[in-house]
Amino acid sequence: MPQHTFVLNGEPVTVEVESDVRLLWVLRDVLGVTGPKYGCGLGVCQACTSHINGRAFNPCCVPVGDLAPTDEVTTIEGLPATVGKDLHPMQEAWLDADVPQCGYCQPGQIMAAVAKVRQAREAGHEISGLDDAVFDEIRNICRCGTYHRIREAVLAAADRF
Amino acid sequence: MADNGEAGDWVGRGHGVGRRTFLGYVLAASTLTVAAEFGEAATAPSRAAAAIPSPPEPSELYDLNDLLTDATLPTANLISIQVHADGTASFALPRAEVGQGVTTSSAMLIAEELDLPLDRVHVTLADARPELLFNQLTGGSNTTISTYTPIRVAATLARGRLLAAAAEQLNASVTELTTKAGTVLGPGGAVVGYGELAVKAASPTIVPVPVTLKDAGQFTVIGTPRNRIDALEAVTGRKQFAMDLAVPGALPAMICRPPTINGTVRSVRNADTVRAMPGITDVVPVTTGVAVRGRTFGQCIDAVRALDVDWGPGTEEGTSEADVLAELRRAELPLVIPPLPLLTKAVDLRFTFHFASNSALETNCAVADVRPDRAEIWGSLKSPIVAQETIAADLGLPVSAVTVHVTQGGGSFGRKLFFDGAREAAEVSRATGKPVRLMWHRTDDFRQGRTHPMSLSRVRATYTLGQVVGYEQRHTSVGTDFGHGLGEIVTALAAKLPVGDLGFSETIFELTQQTPYEFGVTTQLLAEADRGFNTGSMRNIYSPNVRTAQELVVDQLAKGMGQDPYAFRRRFLKDARARAVLDAVATAGNWGRAMPAGTAQGIALHPEYHGVVAVLAEIDCRPPTTGRKIPDAYTGPRVTKVVCAVDVGLAVNPRGLQAQMMGGIMDGIAVALTSSLHLENGRFLEGSWDHYYYTRQWNSPPELQIVVMPPTTGAPGGAGELAVAGAMAAVACAYGRATGTVPTTFPVNHGEPLGFEPLPAVPPIPASPTDGLSRVS
Repeated sequence: MPQHTFVLNGEPVTVEVESDVRLLWVLRDVLGVTGPKYGCGLGVCQACTSHINGRAFNPCCVPVGDLAPTDEVTTIEGLPATVGKDLHPMQEAWLDADVPQCGYCQPGQIMAAVAKVRQAREAGHEISGLDDAVFDEIRNICRCGTYHRIREAVLAAADRF
Repeated sequence: MADNGEAGDWVGRGHGVGRRTFLGYVLAASTLTVAAEFGEAATAPSRAAAAIPSPPEPSELYDLNDLLTDATLPTANLISIQVHADGTASFALPRAEVGQGVTTSSAMLIAEELDLPLDRVHVTLADARPELLFNQLTGGSNTTISTYTPIRVAATLARGRLLAAAAEQLNASVTELTTKAGTVLGPGGAVVGYGELAVKAASPTIVPVPVTLKDAGQFTVIGTPRNRIDALEAVTGRKQFAMDLAVPGALPAMICRPPTINGTVRSVRNADTVRAMPGITDVVPVTTGVAVRGRTFGQCIDAVRALDVDWGPGTEEGTSEADVLAELRRAELPLVIPPLPLLTKAVDLRFTFHFASNSALETNCAVADVRPDRAEIWGSLKSPIVAQETIAADLGLPVSAVTVHVTQGGGSFGRKLFFDGAREAAEVSRATGKPVRLMWHRTDDFRQGRTHPMSLSRVRATYTLGQVVGYEQRHTSVGTDFGHGLGEIVTALAAKLPVGDLGFSETIFELTQQTPYEFGVTTQLLAEADRGFNTGSMRNIYSPNVRTAQELVVDQLAKGMGQDPYAFRRRFLKDARARAVLDAVATAGNWGRAMPAGTAQGIALHPEYHGVVAVLAEIDCRPPTTGRKIPDAYTGPRVTKVVCAVDVGLAVNPRGLQAQMMGGIMDGIAVALTSSLHLENGRFLEGSWDHYYYTRQWNSPPELQIVVMPPTTGAPGGAGELAVAGAMAAVACAYGRATGTVPTTFPVNHGEPLGFEPLPAVPPIPASPTDGLSRVS
């Protein structure tokens, strides 16, 4: 069985699994990293959103064989370490706004929000420029309907990291 | 009230007992364990009179929550709280937590009465406890209504026992002692932690103790806004759902499902080939399809897609929407108010509400480990006793040999009242002889999962000389499955009987539906048709549809009588609490403000669960808004602002209540404007969240304000479902006023051309995408 090596939450990992298995299942079923959730497996609901080399992606849509040994995959479990703290400022803002309800989509929401703020910043948007158009690009489903508190948390955290 | 919480002239329940005195128990245990009887009859809501009084409807005097609460009375079983040597307290809540916040509010009740910081109260979810009979059903927004008093009684008793133990230790009188944040304070600055007292306060025998609850005026936790106790776990990804559990040997499993609703397996043509696929360990036919088990879910998806199955017909073979509509029309009960006299006018409308999906983000799923002589199940289950009893019967095991663990749920919205995933998991584990983690694919969850049934609501309201003299509503619905009963097998079986269920449905309808207005002779009746669909509740049962029809008719009555919609409602409302929330949203939402053509406000009200909610919505139906382009999205009319006011009698956790209102509003927007299932030739077409248009960020209102009213009744009402009906109705009314129409089909976009290409029916689920790296953002 082929081996695949990549960097997961700061540490190199090697897994033995068929190359076409999507990364979400390698994380969840093989490595036991369960922060990224299954909500559709179609790249639609965004519940599995994690980061690859600092940008948002859906592990449900990436065959593990597509990863290079240098690719850095960050799941919600590894997010705080990217800022060297126990919690990322986005997570703190999430707690302040008491965003989660059932919590199932929340890891994906937070990972998407962090990447969206970084992306807006790189594109030269003022942080206050997180207007409706930016939120229109956050596609994550929250079936509990926490959207409004998500907005509040993203705006509160946008200039904290 | 004496400081130890054990005084008061306790007389015994049912014998003129004082309102705040109850019986608690100290249980025999090595550390302090206290308990209280579960179940307290709620009082019937009082009603006000105005205009032409309508005779009281059953639901005003005795509603579904009274039924659910009273159903607990004969069981006389106990819920218990333990105080541990580390100074923490723990409580296993016999309810499901699916996002509605009941673990947090229960912890608040304990923190309040035990005088212990909230972060030292640990609330878990109890395994199925068959001895609780009716009392382990999470539904009808009933959790806080039915647990409010028993939890407080037990916690108050615990504090009293700790005080008594401290008095002995300090050689002081209990009256010299007080408690503060998990410690007992005594004379001369003595401080004793609860942990130190937990063993001393324990009892070797069961001791019944009368308990007097403190006055609401002394509350320092109840009624204050608190964050969820599981929020940190949720935001760090540590919160564990069923599919996150590491049960040894429980490999992923999925089902290859038929192309039409409830189709059957005739034969599998390539089981051996599929069994030889990478990672796959088992391929077995089961009741609902063909199960595969493998190392990863990804490989299970591939195996499901590779199966070549000869499928038999389903229960709705060839049925399309028009067929169901015609069936519903035939089943509609007649109106009874006789022909109109001169000078009397009527509003006569019929509304259509399409099938909707109650699928949560966590699809149907469960872990099962079935052995020859026993079984263990893990899942988010709102009726775990029925699940346990049914699975035991399926497996031919005694109920006591089946353990059912209730896990944290990734949303429910009615879906988890049933246990379709758990039952399948048990069957697959039995068939393979191995533990499984069984999960439904998203596409199956929409197409073969339970739906909120399609319904029609015919309304005729008659008015003359400034009064509404009659209101008739005939609601006709595809049969709703109440197979979960009241949480145990006896009523679950009753609900499954062909005749019994109709009576059960009608009973539920009568116990939930109210007309909050004085509209003279008022009748609201239910008829059901077509039982071939897999149905269930969806964040309420009938109310959002019945309410939306009624509120749209109210707007037409106001128009016909030349009155403002808000002023009209205010005039005809029966109840002062209803009038207060209506006034609150009208004021906070600036009702009647000038708005551009194509935009409008709508206002509506909904009473249920011993509470009442009012919603004011503003909508923008102008082409630049409805024509917004977002890839693979339905944009449409945008609700730009919502103001909500809610009175639940007593809000245990106002921040949690606001969260439930926020979520309910998002559901109301969805069912009013965007989300439905399309039925074609025996199957539903939607197969992804980009097909089933639940509210997304681009549909959610940029402005949202939720006003929590001060306590009114002093007892908490239900919250989880309350806002949906009010929000759906307010959005529908706003849409009608913005477009100058009376919308009669819901969601309003249902008749538009499909905004997606339906996925194939065979194989039943789509291939997993491979282009993730090209879509990195």
